[in-house]
Amino acid sequence: MYTQLAWRNIWRNPRRTAIILTAILIGVAAMIILAALMRGMVGGMVDNAINNMVGHIKVQHPDYRSDPDISHGLSDVDGILKALKIVLPESARLTRRIRIDGVVSNARESAGIEIVGINPKSEIGMSFIGTAPMEGSPITDSDKNGILIGAALAKKFQTGIGKKLVVTTQRGDGESGSRAFRIRGIFHGDMEVTEKAYIFISLPAAERLVHEKESATEIAVTLARETSSKELTEFVMLCRAVLKPFNVSVYGWKDLLPAITAYLAMFDVFLLIWFVVIFIAMGFGIVNTVLMAVYERMREFGLLKAIGMRPGRIIRMVMGESLFLLMLGCAGGTFFGLGVTCYFAKTGIDLGAFSKGTEMWGMSRIILPVINAGDILIANAVVLLLGLLVSIYPAVKAARFTPVETMRQS
Amino acid sequence: MSAVTARDVSKIYTQGDVKVTALGKVSLTVETGEFVALAGPSGSGKTTLLNLIGGLDTPDGGEVTVNGMAFSTMSSGDLAELRLTQIGFVFQSYNLIPVLTAEENVAYILRLQGVGKKERQERARAILNDVGLEDKYDRKPSQLSGGQQQRVAVARALVSNPAIILADEPTANLDSKTGDSLLQMMREMNQKHHVTFIFSTHDAMVMEAAKRIVSMKDGQIVADKTKC
Ligand SMILES: Nc1ncnc2c1ncn2[C@@H]1O[C@H](COP(=O)(O)OP(=O)(O)OP(=O)(O)O)[C@@H](O)[C@H]1O
Ligand SMILES: [Mg+2]
Repeated sequence: MYTQLAWRNIWRNPRRTAIILTAILIGVAAMIILAALMRGMVGGMVDNAINNMVGHIKVQHPDYRSDPDISHGLSDVDGILKALKIVLPESARLTRRIRIDGVVSNARESAGIEIVGINPKSEIGMSFIGTAPMEGSPITDSDKNGILIGAALAKKFQTGIGKKLVVTTQRGDGESGSRAFRIRGIFHGDMEVTEKAYIFISLPAAERLVHEKESATEIAVTLARETSSKELTEFVMLCRAVLKPFNVSVYGWKDLLPAITAYLAMFDVFLLIWFVVIFIAMGFGIVNTVLMAVYERMREFGLLKAIGMRPGRIIRMVMGESLFLLMLGCAGGTFFGLGVTCYFAKTGIDLGAFSKGTEMWGMSRIILPVINAGDILIANAVVLLLGLLVSIYPAVKAARFTPVETMRQS
Repeated sequence: MSAVTARDVSKIYTQGDVKVTALGKVSLTVETGEFVALAGPSGSGKTTLLNLIGGLDTPDGGEVTVNGMAFSTMSSGDLAELRLTQIGFVFQSYNLIPVLTAEENVAYILRLQGVGKKERQERARAILNDVGLEDKYDRKPSQLSGGQQQRVAVARALVSNPAIILADEPTANLDSKTGDSLLQMMREMNQKHHVTFIFSTHDAMVMEAAKRIVSMKDGQIVADKTKC
């Protein structure tokens, strides 16, 4: 009977109920959409970062990170590769790279750049360069003088496919080494900075440039997509153990991307804060509406008290009505929010127009929202709990009306 | 044991700097089964006295006792419990919960008392039959006439078998014919269920229905007549 009464009471003023339900619905939907978008963005950010020649696990000389120089390359690359293959699952992919700082120049321009010597085929699925959209043709695994440059760099240098570029760097023997390359292809990166930051040559070409043989500054490992961060940590430990004799450093991507790792750690809290902010906007509406409804029914509460209803019961009655409103609004909002996110999860949201701004954060131009059950649960919990909390005020008001006062005010 | 005793009760309202003595040391005893009219002009203190007897308000002096229970010794929770089980109220208007049907309005008080569903329905319907609303169970208050609404209110007051029913100008919003028949019905209930009724009115015609008429003026009882 109490439930029935609460249900009927919320429909006494259908217009007002519709307004408040819409507000709750929009609030909850906004939370769900926002969470999915942010998760999508962060996920994209992590993927991009890992894809940017980071990989899941990386093996480097202990001093390479503080001084990325060919003298801090790995010795016994083959031995390391063999050791890694023992501990890593079969699905894991490995590649070696030479990454050194250098200068690229032509008759017009010169620019500081990171020279990356790669095995083009094994980069497919391991880093962006393996699958980047490209004009011209890719370099081959043994290309002696082919080079890939980014579109932005090509524009700056006013150069094109087939033209020559000179690459200069410090060799393994400390001398300066310089070689001419011919532009084979111009790649397009997700972000302009990547197009300006790297040039790619084949590993043999890089070895010749620095006068080293069978060399690499890093070995990168890419694991299956569904590898959890716990499994990853275990693999990193295994790699460390097996590579002990080689005197190298083994990093997980979380070690390599400390800013993103820190951001990820804060993300859930950050999201919760956003939920609360959205709720505050909505909360005033809820209090106001419930308060209005309570004042309109002042005489009724007076009557109920007169016939022996206790204040606690009245509080429960008003809160029960709020709970109904909140549950309806939450259900609608979840439904609507999920619908919208599912739609965009398929098509993606193109932020092309704002990409200059988003690039700074290492995000992609297209965001695919990620639906997370936990976020939806928390959004609903925030609205239900805080909604009930703010309803205490009008409920206590209702319980405070005295029959004598309310009966006189007719 | 008397149903109600009020001993030297007084009530003073302060409005700004002005003190209004709504009730000045009034004493009244009502025996079980009596049918008492409180008469008097507007502002004479009828509502104030009924509110004190019903435990809706606390006196500034004196003591009210219902069925032997002195209010001054009771907590507000006890008072609420007493109102729920021992006292029925009928007000001039706004007696019913608009979203509940006649039957539900009557049954609601039983729900508050924790009476089971089946018994609630039986008792509510029986009492609605008593007050002549056997075909109006499912009507919302807005679908009932003023007289019918007051009958539902009386039925609700009666349903929990209280010791007393307090009715503050129950006929004030009704035409004289409807008011008469409501009073008649109340009188019947008084006799059938042996419930004590105290009702206020300033209508001389309505007073005629009562066996005992207590007249008030300026917060005092000025006459107390019982017809033989
Ligand atoms: N809450 C209050 N605050 C101030 N004065 C009040 C209050 N309640 C009643 N009074 C005053 O107390 C006096 C008695 O009022 P009461 O309502 O008991 O009279 P009544 O006999 O019921 O009158 P009526 O026939 O108009 O209902 C009046 O002068 C009234 O103005
Ligand atoms: Mg009055």
